[in-house]
Amino acid sequence: MSQFDLSKLPQGSKGFMHDWASDQRAFKGVPWGKAMMWIFLLSDTFIFSCFLIALMTARASTTVDWPYPSEVFGLTVFGTSVPLLLIAIMTFVLITSSGTMAIAVKYGYEKNRKLCGWFLLATAIGGLTFVGMQAFEWSKLIFHDGVRPWGNPFGAEQFGAFFFMVTGFHGTHVSIGVIFLFIFSRKVFRGDFDTGRRGYFTSMKSDYEAIEILGLYWHFVDLVWVFIFAFFYLW
Amino acid sequence: MSDDYRDNKIETKSADSSSGSYVPSADTIPAQEIPDQELYHAKSFWTKWVFCQDAKVIGVQYALTATAIGFIGLILSWGMRLQLGFPETFSFLGPATYYQSVTMHGMIMVIYLLTALFLGGFGNYLIPLMVGARDMVFPYVNMVSFWMFLVAVLVLIASFFVPGGPTGAGWTLYPPQAILPGTPGSEMGIVLMLVSLSLFVIGFTMGGLNYVITILQSRTRGMTLMRMPLTIWGIFTATVLALLAFPALFVACIMMTLDNLLGTSFFMPEIFTMGEKLDYAGGSPILFQHLFWFFGHPEVYIVALPAFGIVSDLISVHARKNVFGYRMMVWAIVIIGALSFIVWAHHMYVSGMNPWFGFFFATTTLIIAVPTAIKVYNWVLTLWRGNIHLTIPMLFSLGFIVTFVNGGITGLFLGNVIIDVPLSDTYFVVAHFHMVMGIAPLMVVFGAIYHWYPLITGRHLNQTLGKIHFWVTFVGAYAIYFPMHYLGFIGVPRRYFEMYDSPYMTSGVGLNQFITVAALVVGFTQILFLYNIFTSWYKGEKSERNPWKANSLEWHTPDYPPTHGNFGKELPVVYRWPYDFSVPGSDKEYIPQHVSPSEVPAAKAEQT
Ligand code: HEM
Ligand SMILES: [Cu+2]
Repeated sequence: MSQFDLSKLPQGSKGFMHDWASDQRAFKGVPWGKAMMWIFLLSDTFIFSCFLIALMTARASTTVDWPYPSEVFGLTVFGTSVPLLLIAIMTFVLITSSGTMAIAVKYGYEKNRKLCGWFLLATAIGGLTFVGMQAFEWSKLIFHDGVRPWGNPFGAEQFGAFFFMVTGFHGTHVSIGVIFLFIFSRKVFRGDFDTGRRGYFTSMKSDYEAIEILGLYWHFVDLVWVFIFAFFYLW
Repeated sequence: MSDDYRDNKIETKSADSSSGSYVPSADTIPAQEIPDQELYHAKSFWTKWVFCQDAKVIGVQYALTATAIGFIGLILSWGMRLQLGFPETFSFLGPATYYQSVTMHGMIMVIYLLTALFLGGFGNYLIPLMVGARDMVFPYVNMVSFWMFLVAVLVLIASFFVPGGPTGAGWTLYPPQAILPGTPGSEMGIVLMLVSLSLFVIGFTMGGLNYVITILQSRTRGMTLMRMPLTIWGIFTATVLALLAFPALFVACIMMTLDNLLGTSFFMPEIFTMGEKLDYAGGSPILFQHLFWFFGHPEVYIVALPAFGIVSDLISVHARKNVFGYRMMVWAIVIIGALSFIVWAHHMYVSGMNPWFGFFFATTTLIIAVPTAIKVYNWVLTLWRGNIHLTIPMLFSLGFIVTFVNGGITGLFLGNVIIDVPLSDTYFVVAHFHMVMGIAPLMVVFGAIYHWYPLITGRHLNQTLGKIHFWVTFVGAYAIYFPMHYLGFIGVPRRYFEMYDSPYMTSGVGLNQFITVAALVVGFTQILFLYNIFTSWYKGEKSERNPWKANSLEWHTPDYPPTHGNFGKELPVVYRWPYDFSVPGSDKEYIPQHVSPSEVPAAKAEQT
């Protein structure tokens, strides 16, 4: 995409100022789509930060005790209860899918159609597994343990409210990502990114750069999960 | 800031460069980095005018929708004013409907009119043209942005017709009252309001990303950041604020919707209503206030910063003088934008938060006054010894300065905790915010419409109607809001349906009647303005190209008015800032941005 010779530009902080002050582009060599995704993620960071700060205030100010996570999120396997078992697997799956995404991006750069497509598909399946396990966790909490958004047997009622809202919002992000991963892997296999086929809605030329942009989104969603994990399950 | 072709500029061009080093020609501009944008070419009527991806059409769609809903906001204000001025004569508003009118009026004016008009309307129309781009970087998403906005507006309108009517919780929507029975619209109205706001935020994000990235990544050759018109700087900074502030509103909306529909207790403490304990417990109403105002205060600047930018350009063009202290103006916009994120709790002095917070937020609030004052001085200094043409845009710009200073000074009062505590929730506050974020930005909107209408339609608005519009609106706005300061001092509370026989109303009754009459006159003048807009579209006096002799790129497109793709075959190349008016040494009265130094050899231009 970028035919711009980056090596001729000043480096370091001087280069930073140079870029900002110069014409055409503030971020030299960065395609607009990538810059747009970064700004979107910044905005999304503010959404998740608001959720998590709200959670912190609620935890700090409830009069009723907050439930013990290891008690709530335990899973009984072969008669022994293992704390945080499911969530450990979920986290592992999601982080692994970040790895496959990174590999897909690499093969995208190399215009390796087959491998890029397969790794995208693997990432999509990883994401789907995550959402599936989350659905399992939700149904266990709701039907088995009686946790509801408006109350639960373990302690402060804000616990259920925040849990379902924040993980639900994150799960929506993952699901949207999964949909796009499936669409993109189909596009890769069909060769859209090699032929520059025009998007059905956007009528813009497809470019492998799009995979990197989707990768940014996916890594962000994983990163957010790390924070959610820390706040709900470890705190 | 460093800028690598500074040395090639006009001053250093004294041909015999004795230093011996290589001096490139004064006209050297870096080569094009980005491939020219490929545009979607509409084939049918539907894709050309309805589901259109051209930012110019989207801008007009945004502006028309915002104006339409804005008129509903205006009509609501007439109802309220009639009730306040003549409570015995008019009885079509009951206490509940009054609350609903206040709420819908406030929300419509702030979000659906001003935010949408400045960023969606002017942003879409002007950004690609002014930075020298063919369109927004992602036109499809830009189009979806408008349709989301339209759906948000329709949902808002739908809330007038649901059982219980629209919400009457005040535009701040404070819980717990917003969702409890007793507040009008607590059944469906509040839900639709929250849904509409969420849709607005989603739609705005789609557009906002386009505005920011088009400005950052898609400028034409030679268009450095410090050569952008201040209009673009204002819209850019406001959009960044919006992208960072709307998330808080979005989160607050989601949480309150859940409190309402699912019975969670995010914002709801333990509460009794009509002797009955409700199921809520343990939530924090103050948390909502923090979220709301973390959005709410930047929102003030989301409306104000584009106005600041546009008015700077209007003043410069119509006074034929460069903007005084351009760089200072840019930095002031950016600093105001940054500071606006750390002042939000000055809206919460009486909320019961920790008093030390008040101390901190009062300090930051007063600090914002410094860059703001710099801007006012710079506007005045731009006018100083300028060749002031009293065109309608100039009249509105002058009106803006006066009104903004007025509202800004009362803002300094309210920023101090001890002064705010007695004045809070009185008409003094109503007067303050109408001056500073109601009337002042609207003045700029009007000025900008008179300024750019010829560019959009190729015709001028009727000048006589325009003059009437200005004078009635300007004088009328003072007639409405000046007395309200006094009402505030004598203690008249805000959001009250009727004052009955309160002791302070002895002097208030006559004033209220006067204000109401003024409000009606001002309101009807806006209808005249609308009439002017629609009739001039077909019948207005034809405008020649670049009627105001401005320098910025939008007036110098090959087709006038600009067509799809904006700039014909070649994108323009920019050599200077847009403020080269009456340049010493040049026989030209103004030098457009795309005129190269060698075309105007004698001109002693500003280094930009
Ligand atoms: C001629 C034009 C206008 C008139 C006559 C008018 C009149 C009023 C009145 C009577 C109230 C209710 C005061 C109360 O009972 O507390 C009000 C509230 C309000 N107005 Fe306006 N207004 C006008 C334009 C605007 C504009 C342009 C804005 C845009 C910022 C605006 C923003 C608000 C807000 C935010 C409130 C507070 C709503 C609340 O308390 O929840 N108004 N206005
Ligand atoms: Cu504020």
